[in-house]
Amino acid sequence: MKTLLNTTLSAVAAMVISFNAAASGAGVHLDHANTDITDEASLQRGAQSFMNYCSGCHSIELMRYNRIAKDLNIDEADMAKNLMFNAEKTGSTIFSSMPDKGAKEWFGTTPPDLSLTARARGTDWIYTYLKGFYADDTRPYGVNNHVLENASMPDVLWQSKQDKSEQDFNQEVRDITNFLDYVSEPVKLIRYEIGVKVLGFLFILFILSYLLKKEYWKDVKYGKWRAKD
Amino acid sequence: MDNNKNWIDQRFPLTKVWNEHLAEYYTPRNFNFWYFFGSLAILVLVIQILTGIFLTMHFKPDAALAFNSVEYIMRDVDWGWLIRYIHSTGASAFFVVIYLHMYRGLLYGSYKAPRELIWILGMVLYIALMAEAFMGYVLPWGQMSYWGAKVIINLFGSFPIVGELILEFILGDYAVGDPVLNRFFSLHVIAIPLILVILVFLHIVALHTVGSNNPDGVEIKQNKDKNGIPKDGIPFHPYYSVKDIVGVVVFLMIFTSIVFFAPALGGYFLEAPNFVEANPLKTPDHIAPLWYLTPFYSVLRAIPPMFGSQLPGVLAMFAALLILIALPWLDRSKVKSIRYRSWPYKVALTIFVITFIVLGWLGMQAVTPLYSLMAQVFTALYFAFFILMPWFTSVGKTKPVPERTTEH
Repeated sequence: MKTLLNTTLSAVAAMVISFNAAASGAGVHLDHANTDITDEASLQRGAQSFMNYCSGCHSIELMRYNRIAKDLNIDEADMAKNLMFNAEKTGSTIFSSMPDKGAKEWFGTTPPDLSLTARARGTDWIYTYLKGFYADDTRPYGVNNHVLENASMPDVLWQSKQDKSEQDFNQEVRDITNFLDYVSEPVKLIRYEIGVKVLGFLFILFILSYLLKKEYWKDVKYGKWRAKD
Repeated sequence: MDNNKNWIDQRFPLTKVWNEHLAEYYTPRNFNFWYFFGSLAILVLVIQILTGIFLTMHFKPDAALAFNSVEYIMRDVDWGWLIRYIHSTGASAFFVVIYLHMYRGLLYGSYKAPRELIWILGMVLYIALMAEAFMGYVLPWGQMSYWGAKVIINLFGSFPIVGELILEFILGDYAVGDPVLNRFFSLHVIAIPLILVILVFLHIVALHTVGSNNPDGVEIKQNKDKNGIPKDGIPFHPYYSVKDIVGVVVFLMIFTSIVFFAPALGGYFLEAPNFVEANPLKTPDHIAPLWYLTPFYSVLRAIPPMFGSQLPGVLAMFAALLILIALPWLDRSKVKSIRYRSWPYKVALTIFVITFIVLGWLGMQAVTPLYSLMAQVFTALYFAFFILMPWFTSVGKTKPVPERTTEH
């Protein structure tokens, strides 16, 4: 019986490993984003960079300003004063400042909403994409992208890339990526913590339920319900 | 207390039902690990119904609103994210539990006489569960929901003459759109859960009529003591109820680990492309159903179109599913349990398990010539298991089955 169980389990494990290998091997090489969702300072910097560089064109319309303020420990008044460019109330969801019609005229397309990009594409994709711009005169904004060929987005981080050290620039991109990871699933900040508590509770319950079973099954082993004949 | 009980018993057979199905339902004493999954399946059903009720309160079955309403549940509804993750993990957990439950049946011959009806009811349950899961997966209205629905629903269009009619009947339109979302919501929330609950009830009634099989495949009812109680039986309650609680807690530990630490489970339980809203103009690079449907999806893709029609593949897929129902009559062995079976059955079952897993894996991959060939080989092996079953269950030497259950 053990052998059967083992065979089944190892086959499933092999399947999981090969699936992951196949899933990650699509096309362009992606740098590891190495983000850390528990790094609050990084998330705050990321929020700031996002509002300054990205929110002009991109919305994160599934996210509210006050939720970000609460989750990332940013004072709501500060948030309203320094990071809220496109809304009146902190309870609003985050829209871009660009009208759709203008976007079509200027970029040929509407910039996508970024609420779930980290879940759909992965953090490594965002990180590599933001760093992946290179000069290309055939494109309207003079740049092209290694990750997303013929992207219509200009290289909005070009000044940082020019002025900052490589390490600092990578960190800035990492912060934005980290922030977008948080935006794609805000509960990621708390679910690990709750999960540990739930597992702790279940572990205690396991011990108690096991002892209860053992106590009852004494009847089956030695008592009233022991094997007859 | 006793007075109350009398009052109820005169009007409803409460004590009788309690005794017949729990306190005096005699269950073989030698159940092992594999016997946890029946009660776990009921647990998951209850979890799905309870979380489903709360999701239904906030979900909007409208092609324009559905996708964002799921994210609204994830973000703005108190504890909505937890309810949603429990429901999405529960869907996959249901199939994990059911597949292990069915495998138990294969290991110990639980489908053999006199339990054929239990097996058939179980198979109908399994098919209903697949429909339930498929329709539920369409509701978040992501890219995979949309394109998965399109691929699967279009299969029905491959039937000659009536195909177009069936397709329009299912779609309520000429393409996958709002009407499909609406009717799938209705079926997912009311019709199929109702069928599932009724079938589970019948499955258990049939089981309690003939009694449970066990790892030795011994009929415990053939050996009773002077009080008419099977010598190898113990009351389900409290002995198996307390044992099942241990199983439930262990299951919940694994279940909550996924819910809290890896709700998407690397794309197995929630696929990354499904976090992009459905877009009829943008076909995803790779469309695959969720893991629990992929073995049959593989069979579908393994059969090439003939005479410009997908029909042979579709028929093969349905045949792969329905042939399981014939199992009780294909198995000619005199012995139920794998412990006493002849070696040809053991070899065949091992190959079958590998076949099923490989087909499932292939169903997730993009088609390449090698994978297509593999899918064809393993599809042949899949059907060979059933077609050759009358032969390999009647050859080879079986071990003598003991009169009574053995203690392990």
